[in-house]
Amino acid sequence: MRTTLATVVFAALGLSFGAAAHAKDVKVGIVQATSGGSAALYGIMQKNAAELAVSEINASGTLGDLKLVSIYQDDAGDRGQTVNIFQRLISQEKVKAIFGPTLTNSAFAADPLAQKAKVPVIASSNTAPGVTAMGDFIFRTCATEPMVFPGVLDYVIKKRAPKTSAQIYGIDDMLMKTAYDVHKKALEKAGIKIVATETFQKGDVDYSAQLTKIKATNPDIIVIGGLAEETANIVRQARQLGIPASTIMLGANAAISTKLHDLAGPAAEGFLVGSGWFIGYDSPRNKAFVDAYRAKYNAAPDTFAAQAYAAVYVFADALKRAGGADDPVKLRDAIASTKDLETSLGKISFDANREPVLSTKVLELKDGKFVLASGD
Amino acid sequence: MEGFAQQIVNGLSIGSIYAVFAIGCTLIFGVLNIINLAQGAFLMVGACAGLEAARLGFPLPVALLVAAVGGGILGALSEQFMFRPLRKAGGHRWMGLVASLALARLLVGVAQEIFGTEVQAYPPSSISTIIWQIGGVRIQALQVIIILAALLLMLLFAFILQRTSIGRAIRTVAFSEDVAQIVGVRVESATLVTFFIAGALAGAAGLLLGVLFNVVSPFMGDSALVKGLTVMILGGLGNIPGAVAGGFLLGLLEVFSIAYVSSAFRDAIGFGLIFLILLVKPTGLFSGFEERRA
Repeated sequence: MRTTLATVVFAALGLSFGAAAHAKDVKVGIVQATSGGSAALYGIMQKNAAELAVSEINASGTLGDLKLVSIYQDDAGDRGQTVNIFQRLISQEKVKAIFGPTLTNSAFAADPLAQKAKVPVIASSNTAPGVTAMGDFIFRTCATEPMVFPGVLDYVIKKRAPKTSAQIYGIDDMLMKTAYDVHKKALEKAGIKIVATETFQKGDVDYSAQLTKIKATNPDIIVIGGLAEETANIVRQARQLGIPASTIMLGANAAISTKLHDLAGPAAEGFLVGSGWFIGYDSPRNKAFVDAYRAKYNAAPDTFAAQAYAAVYVFADALKRAGGADDPVKLRDAIASTKDLETSLGKISFDANREPVLSTKVLELKDGKFVLASGD
Repeated sequence: MEGFAQQIVNGLSIGSIYAVFAIGCTLIFGVLNIINLAQGAFLMVGACAGLEAARLGFPLPVALLVAAVGGGILGALSEQFMFRPLRKAGGHRWMGLVASLALARLLVGVAQEIFGTEVQAYPPSSISTIIWQIGGVRIQALQVIIILAALLLMLLFAFILQRTSIGRAIRTVAFSEDVAQIVGVRVESATLVTFFIAGALAGAAGLLLGVLFNVVSPFMGDSALVKGLTVMILGGLGNIPGAVAGGFLLGLLEVFSIAYVSSAFRDAIGFGLIFLILLVKPTGLFSGFEERRA
C-alpha cells in the first residue's frame, strides 16, 4: 500500500516536472468587477468560472505543451480602470486574450485598445447591441435579447395564441430601452396588438399606477423590460392589483436571477424568459460544470458564470487548432471558426459578426425555480 | 371609474409614506432653518433595522418601533456630533448641508458593506396576502395598515408638538432661538429631540416603504430624499400641515400623471409643478398656515 502511494506521488511529481519543462505559458487576462456595487454580483461569478475553466484545461493536458496562465484584475465596474487594466495587460503582460469586462460601458471604453493591439476579447456579460461591432477581435458568448426573445414569444403564441399585449420598461436604462425595441419589433412581427406602453425609472418602487392602467386594457400578455429586482416588483404588484394568472408575463434576459423569486414570491410563478443557459440544463458537459463550480466555490453558478466558463473553453479550443498563440491573426481566425463546440451552454459557434450561435432556451419559473418551459 | 378609484388607493398609499417622511425633513427646517440631506439615509437605515427585526421574527409593530428608534438615534447623533459642533464653530448653514450629504454617503457605504448591494425583501407574512375586492377596486390589508400607521404617526407627532412640554420647547426654538433662551427653554435638548423625531419619522417611513413595496436596499434613500424635498417645497418650507398635505398631493399627482398623461412624463409633471409653485407661490401651496409653522 505504502509503495503504491509513493509510486503515485512520484509519478505525479514526475509528470508535473515533465510538463513544466516543456510547457509554454499562454497568458490570458480576466477582467471582471469583483468590488464596487452591484456589478460585482455578476463579476465575481464570471471570474470564478473563468478561473475554474483555466485550471481544468491545464489539468486535462488537452493543450499539450501549452499552459494557460490567467492574470485576474478587478476593474470595480469603473470604465476608467478597465482601460488602465487593458493597457497594462496588453503592453506589459503581453496577454494573448482577455475575458471580460463585466459591464458593457467598460467594454465600449476598453475593447478598442485590444482590437488595435490584435488581442482577442471574449466577453461573457456584455449583452448590449454593438459590442462585437467594435472590431473583428471582439467576441462574446452571452445570448442577447434579440437572440432569446423571439423564442419566448413563439412559445407563448403556440401555447396561448395571445391577441393583445402590454409593455412596461425602464426608460432611463440603455439596456432596457434596447430590450423594449426588441420586444416591440417581435410583437409587431407576430401581429400581436400592443394595447398599452408604460415606463418606469431606476429607483422606482411603486408601479401600481402603470399597472392599474395596463389592467384596464386587459392584455393577454405583459412584456417587462426590467432588471430582476424591478421585474420582481412589477410581477408582484400586477398580481396584487388583480391582473389574472391567465395574463402571462414575459421578461427580458437580464431578469434571470434567483432574486426574482426571492422578491416576488408565488406571484412570479409562470413567468417566462429566454436564456442561453439555465442551471438545470441537461447535458453531461453542463452537469460537470455545475458540479465542479459547486465543489470549488460552494455556491451555484449563474448564467454569466456559465458564459464565462464557455468563453475560456472556446479560447482553449481555438488555441489548440491554431497550434499556439504566436500568430494573433491565426488565433483570431481559429476563434471565429469555432463550430459546434460542446460547452456548458450546449453547442456554440460564431456567426459572421462574432455573435454566438446557441440554441436558446425558454425558461419558466415553477415552484420558485427556472425550468425549461414545457407546453402543457 | 374603477380605474380612477384604484388610482386613488394607489396614490394615498405612497402619499402617506411621503407625508411621514416629509414631516421630518420640514420639521428640521422649521426649527433650525437647515436642510438635512441625511434624512434619506436615515430612512434607509430604519428600513434595514426594521428588516433585521422582522427576520428575527418580531411582528410588524415591533419592527416599526425598531426602525423609528434606529432612525431617531441616528438623527440625534447627527445633531450631537455634526450639526451642533458646526454651529458652535460658527460654520455657515451650507456647511451643515454639505456635511449631511457626506454623512448620507457614509451611511450608504456602510450599509453596502453590511447588507450587500442587492435589494432584499421583507419576510412574507400572512397579512401581505390579504387583499379585499370592493367593486373593481383591490385594496391590500397592508395598504390600509400602512395608511393607518402613517396617520397614527402623524397624530402622535402632532400630540408631542402641541401638548407636551418638549413640544412647546421645540415650537419656541422654531419661533426664535433667542426668545427661547430668554424664556428659559433648554435649546440644546429641544434641538436634540427635534433631530430624534425627524430621524424617527424617516426610519418609520423607511420601514413602511420597505414593507409595502418589498424593497430594502442601501440606495432606497436616494429617490426618497428627492420626494421628501419635493414635498417640503410643495407644502412650504418648515410648514408641517403643508408637508402632510403635500405628501398626499405628490402621491396622487404622480399616480394621476401616469394614469391620465403618460408614465414617461411623471417626473416632468411633478417637477414642472414645483417650478410653477416656486414662481407663483414661493412660500408653498399651503402658506396660509405659515403662522403656525412648527
